[in-house]
Amino acid sequence: MKLRHPVVFWVGLVVVVLLLAVAPLVLPVFWRRLLTEILIWGLLAMSSDLLIGYTGMVSFGHSAFFGLGMYGAAAALLNSNPPNLWLALAAGLIAAAAVAAFVAYFSTRLRDIYFAITTLIFSQIFYVIIFTWTSLTGGENGLTFERPALAVPGLFSQQFTATTLHWFVLAVVTGSYLVLRRITQSPFGMVLQSIRENERRTRAVGYPVERYKIVAVMLSGLFAGLAGVLYALQNEFAAPSFVFFVVSGETVIYNVIGGVGTLVGPLAGAGFYLLLREGFSRLFTIKFLAPLGLGGLAGMSYLVPVGLIFIAIVIFLPQGLLGFARRWLNR
Amino acid sequence: MGIPFAHFVIQTLNGIVSGMILALVASGLTLIFGIMDVVNFAHGEFLMLGAYVGVLTFAATGSFWLALIAASLVIAAFGAAVYLTTLRPLLGRDPLTTILATFGISLVLQNYALWQFGPVARKIEEPFTGQFTLFYLDYPWYRLIIAGLAAAIIGGLWLFLKFGTYGIWIRATTQDRVMAQAMGIPVPWVLTGVFAIGSAMAAASGVLFAPLVGVDHAMGVDWILRAFIVVVVGGMGNLGGSIAAAIFISLLDAYSSLWVSPSQSIIVSFVVLILTLLFRPTGLFAPTPK
Repeated sequence: MKLRHPVVFWVGLVVVVLLLAVAPLVLPVFWRRLLTEILIWGLLAMSSDLLIGYTGMVSFGHSAFFGLGMYGAAAALLNSNPPNLWLALAAGLIAAAAVAAFVAYFSTRLRDIYFAITTLIFSQIFYVIIFTWTSLTGGENGLTFERPALAVPGLFSQQFTATTLHWFVLAVVTGSYLVLRRITQSPFGMVLQSIRENERRTRAVGYPVERYKIVAVMLSGLFAGLAGVLYALQNEFAAPSFVFFVVSGETVIYNVIGGVGTLVGPLAGAGFYLLLREGFSRLFTIKFLAPLGLGGLAGMSYLVPVGLIFIAIVIFLPQGLLGFARRWLNR
Repeated sequence: MGIPFAHFVIQTLNGIVSGMILALVASGLTLIFGIMDVVNFAHGEFLMLGAYVGVLTFAATGSFWLALIAASLVIAAFGAAVYLTTLRPLLGRDPLTTILATFGISLVLQNYALWQFGPVARKIEEPFTGQFTLFYLDYPWYRLIIAGLAAAIIGGLWLFLKFGTYGIWIRATTQDRVMAQAMGIPVPWVLTGVFAIGSAMAAASGVLFAPLVGVDHAMGVDWILRAFIVVVVGGMGNLGGSIAAAIFISLLDAYSSLWVSPSQSIIVSFVVLILTLLFRPTGLFAPTPK
């Protein structure tokens, strides 16, 4: 008997989610934190995959959406007493959506490289505004706030523990994955993919390409903002360095490493990248390198080897780590 | 308005000086893009490395001019090596993959420089310490000399592209790569050469600017963003447009810092960019869309 595709897919998804749900109960504190963080960065990467992998637009400005989600949540948490989780979520999403609408309106006029550069510059605009508007955003110091309680009004209210926070993040990320997957398989998503394949022909067939692109950027920005809210919840601070374009660059790196156009690939890419970061950060200490006779390398940033691995993947493995499964995952 | 006339004159001069440096950075970027379809994210890192080579040469020999020449040559060779190892395999693929590859290169170079040279900014002495009096300021001659040198380098590039044999090869390659190849022009080497020239221009601007600001591992980031704005506003691959846009934006930047703090004045260039995208998406100075 041959198993049908949906059965395999859903069973696989449930197994992975269960494994991720059990993980915080058995992992030590550091790795549990890292796993939660991987999920959050993975959501950011997934959101940008909607543009990179499905619409064929490489955004170098996702840090703006992420950061605005973060600052939106921060604003809500600082101004409400007691801090309310759902208010933070709503405020973060609204802030990210507003920025996404603004960026989408201007940047979708351009294509390919121009789109990438424009989104990059837009994210820098928001970086400069956040960095210099000290009275509102705390400037370089950023904002710190209290983590709200996990509460459903009238039902229960409970402080987050590290484990429940992980489950909350896992639930949001899984839910977002399913929604994004649904979007890419919907007629709307099909139009996006046809824009990727041949924009002119899509226009000739009669689809208003610009409008589709704007909606795609906004949707993508919304999910990036959601990731920003989750990150704010986990770390209880918002800082301008998360709006800096390096974060956008890392988002693109997650996508390319994991394989664009797969949604789960970028999440895997984020995991791979962060694990490499941990690995090389530990390796580049004098304790490890001295016995190998490489003591001179101590103190080098993990970004040097990770950058080299990234370049190698761009050249030799353009499909990414999960690219081989693209057709299967999108069925 | 309480801003005296003298301020305007001084800021005009400042704007032109930084505009010329920016034009030098941006023309290297736009040369590489216009001819090779490569968006060189690592351009700012070539500038930074060039400045470091300049610092080292200057420390060894004490001559600014030797530092300038050494930096240009070393970074030209380095740029050619980077091109051959990482960008040539991407030839014929989507230009977007070149952004990814050069972004990786920029990460590697920046963090390598941080590790190699440390976080403390270095300085190169100015080759000329003379000053002249401009209203109430002692304005250093060196700033004007930078502007002049930058203009000379760009002018030299223009003459080379217009009249030099290899310049004609480069222009032929831009117009039609396949036809140029058929005419016997060694296109792969032309591309490598162009990348080397662009890198050398970045290195030269790094050394020229080094006496005004410190040399540190992150100095490229600031320049590359401004250069990208200039290149988009001026029209990608359009040399004249980039120069005009560089001076235009730097002047606006200089004037606006009369009213707001310098870190905020960059928002003015962002506004220029947005308006350009809104009304002339192919660039202010580009008559025909590519």
